[in-house]
Amino acid sequence: MSDHSEIFSLTGSEISHGIDNGIFSSQEVTLAYLSRIREVDEKVHAFLSYDEDDMLRQAKLSDQRRASGKSLGPLDGVPVGLKDVISVKGQPLTAASKILKDYRSPYDATVTVKLRSAGAVVGGRLNLDEFAMGSSTENSAYGPTCNPWDLNRVPGGSSGGSAAAVAARETPFTLGSDTGGSIRQPASLCGVVGMKPTYGRVSRYGLAAFASSLDQIGPFAQTVEDAAHLLEIISGHDPLDSTSYPTDVSSFSKILNEPIKPCKLGLPKEFFGPGMDDEVRKSIDEVIQWYRQKGYELVEISLPTTELSVPVYYVIATAEASSNLARYDGIRYTTRSEKAENAIDVYAKSRGEGFGQEVKRRCILGAYGLSSGYYDAYYLRAQKTRTLIRDDFDKAFAQVDAILTPTSPTPAFKFGEKSEDPISMYLSDIYTISTNLAGLPGISVPCGFTENGLPVGMQLIGQAFEEGKLLSIAHDYDRELQFGRKQPNL
Amino acid sequence: MDYEAVIGLEVHVQLDTKSKMFTRVGTGFGQPPNTLTNPVVLGLPGALPVMNRDAIEKSIKVGLLLNCKIADICKWDRKNYFYPDMPKNYQISQFDQPICEGGEVEIEMPGNSPSEIGSHRIVQLTRIHLEEDVGKLTHYETDSLVDYNRAGCPLLEIVSEPDLFSPEEVFAYLTSLRNSLVSAEISDCDMEKGQLRCDANISIRPVGTSTLGTKVEIKNLNTISGVRNGVEYEIRRQTKALNEGETIIQETRRWNPDQKYTTPMRTKEMAHDYRYFPDPDLMPVKIDSEWVEFIRKELPEKPFDKQRRYMEEMNLPYSSTSALCGDRPLCEFFEEAAKLSKVPQKIANWVVNDLLRELGQAGKEGEERRGLQNCPVTPQHLAELINLIEDGVVSNNVAKELFPEMFISGKSAKTLVEEKGLEMKSDGDEIEDLCAQAISDDPDAAEKFRGGKEGAINALKGSVMKATRGQANPQVVDETLRRLLS
Repeated sequence: MSDHSEIFSLTGSEISHGIDNGIFSSQEVTLAYLSRIREVDEKVHAFLSYDEDDMLRQAKLSDQRRASGKSLGPLDGVPVGLKDVISVKGQPLTAASKILKDYRSPYDATVTVKLRSAGAVVGGRLNLDEFAMGSSTENSAYGPTCNPWDLNRVPGGSSGGSAAAVAARETPFTLGSDTGGSIRQPASLCGVVGMKPTYGRVSRYGLAAFASSLDQIGPFAQTVEDAAHLLEIISGHDPLDSTSYPTDVSSFSKILNEPIKPCKLGLPKEFFGPGMDDEVRKSIDEVIQWYRQKGYELVEISLPTTELSVPVYYVIATAEASSNLARYDGIRYTTRSEKAENAIDVYAKSRGEGFGQEVKRRCILGAYGLSSGYYDAYYLRAQKTRTLIRDDFDKAFAQVDAILTPTSPTPAFKFGEKSEDPISMYLSDIYTISTNLAGLPGISVPCGFTENGLPVGMQLIGQAFEEGKLLSIAHDYDRELQFGRKQPNL
Repeated sequence: MDYEAVIGLEVHVQLDTKSKMFTRVGTGFGQPPNTLTNPVVLGLPGALPVMNRDAIEKSIKVGLLLNCKIADICKWDRKNYFYPDMPKNYQISQFDQPICEGGEVEIEMPGNSPSEIGSHRIVQLTRIHLEEDVGKLTHYETDSLVDYNRAGCPLLEIVSEPDLFSPEEVFAYLTSLRNSLVSAEISDCDMEKGQLRCDANISIRPVGTSTLGTKVEIKNLNTISGVRNGVEYEIRRQTKALNEGETIIQETRRWNPDQKYTTPMRTKEMAHDYRYFPDPDLMPVKIDSEWVEFIRKELPEKPFDKQRRYMEEMNLPYSSTSALCGDRPLCEFFEEAAKLSKVPQKIANWVVNDLLRELGQAGKEGEERRGLQNCPVTPQHLAELINLIEDGVVSNNVAKELFPEMFISGKSAKTLVEEKGLEMKSDGDEIEDLCAQAISDDPDAAEKFRGGKEGAINALKGSVMKATRGQANPQVVDETLRRLLS
């Protein structure tokens, strides 16, 4: 083992390569990560739980498969951590909420099934904002996750645990979910790659829903190449999810090395206005320079509905959430209030005690927008505006191959800095939200650091179901600059 | 003042599908509690609905059967409210775009006697929509138990216009609807099993006026007689209230079948805001005309159309048709037998009397009424028996005795007649001897007949039939006796 003490610093592909060439075994890899978790997770708190025995059992089976020449592919034996909203049979699923404190999922999500068929070691449960509602992981009922680059700062959210775990090298791969930026924003704040696929690309079956028409599961990794590998495995039509799209999955990892030339990148002028941190602007300017030097054509485009995306999002997402979260009621598998004396009490007190502030705020907001007399003014109007936002992107993609923006207007902020002001927190998703409303794929790629050593991420947005093209453009940059390979001191 | 009632019905029908509305879990009645469940039925985190195609097809079939307009798009909405029988605390239903709009149900009111046809009328429908059923709650003193076996089963809600005007019409409407749905194999419509449930909206107004009065919704009408009694009671209650100067308030009341009265459940002010919105987990489904036409081809003949055909084309008496037409397998049995015979009226008569009686008796010994699919007497057997009567091979009386034996043994009429030597005796000499014997045995009767008392001949016929154990051809016996007595 001592020979392999630095395994955790490797990328997913390097680990896969190492296992494949017999340099180390899956059990050694798994042990290395488990000891890394023990070493640093007290500081980072990326994990809500992990089942050591179960992970080592999976690793052992993987080693046995390889020994008998029956490897299931490149991911066989490689650990993958999961945001604690993705179902794994027999494992807890808390959604970082007290109301699901004692729940264990009796079934595997479709992505879990796909990971298992690829031989991955399905790993620990990662922290998040309760029910994926938030941008800082401060809304977790089990305490926040800290940014590995500065433990006094947030990792972003809601998939803060998934991003921080990769940044802290506690696991080579994780899955998160993205409803309005919940993969890309924490990836950006933690200096790792995070991707939200096209809506319908990855099955949502087994993902505890926040907002059904916006949620998508996606990968985190140190490099674009790794993210492409993981995306390839979890993608595909699923008969258990009516919103999953029946289309073939291209081999993203192969397309990666086929640069798109000529290639036009759009810079939406609405994204480059006030509100963007100067250091973020500087990093993005450098990205623009890099692409220009490589022969990409960069053009200014306009997405006029950009300013509408935050209000539209908060009407639609909260409306869906108010209904999706109704099932957590203290009746069946959720924690029942001990103070409940009658049926109404069971609902009111269990939910009152079980949900945190932000979840309650959004459920009330959402129910209001759907109420009779308000439906037309809020929900229906938001849906119509959503169509306009989608049309804006359609027009833009008639001119360009991908859209380049910062992922987040600021680098990681300090704990408490925005948590008292929901609106300023909501605005930290301003660059990511419209992608979800339009159902498009988006990826955040590390593109530098501030003077204080905080990571900055750029976002590339692509056309629906054109993940291959998007990954190729992102990889062209990432393989040369490799900001995601830089490791924080912990 | 004289009042008339105006009634609209909301009928819930469980569709007879193999699996539930949005997941591959079986449906069924009487299974151990909470065994027909899975993550989707229980509304576990992450579970998602996927539409059952068969339920859509059956709904389209109902729409075609009841002359509805079939929607171009099948769209789903969530109806949000908290109740422990609903695992997700929302029900997937259809709000503003039901799968069927309009439509009609033909009803028949009772005639002056069971053998006389009653008046027919069309009752207008508002809409039909598809939704998922909820679980079943059982309340105890301090606890309630819930069984989710029924939760998620496809449920069709058939909403009528306020177009029914008496408890009798309500009864006729439900009977007709049930006959149509059962004959189209949509549902068994067994109210005891909750496969058909009914809520009634009732208002009354002075006779001769056309404005609708304040409506009251009655729930828990769980049997057909319960519906009739509940509606009857509520009309009486409202009439009494208005006559005593009270006003009717818009509310929902519950029918208590044991005490036979309705009690308030909730008023209009307490009504839920269901916060309907399109279900983002389900894509709308296009229903194109090709699909509709494909289903139209499988539509069975409507029960009343069949009844008219039987009466007009096959000359069946009304009483036979009314016994047949609510039961599609029985009609199929009849039609198959009738094809092999020249006297469909007789076939019908035997089917509705003898066949149904034997099936019923088989049930008394066995566990339940023996289904027609297991009936040992085939349509061919019945037709053959009737043909034997028509051809004069056996008498009607012998046939009546043979039929139960055919039912038990499964043997054909011809086989039994041959085995038992039951052919009718038409041999002149033998019958003449027996007739002469009868006259000499009962000179009294012979004298009376000769004296003009026509009925006296029956005693003589009876003794000849007795002597031949019913096998003598009655027509030959009659002729011979008259000749000998003249």
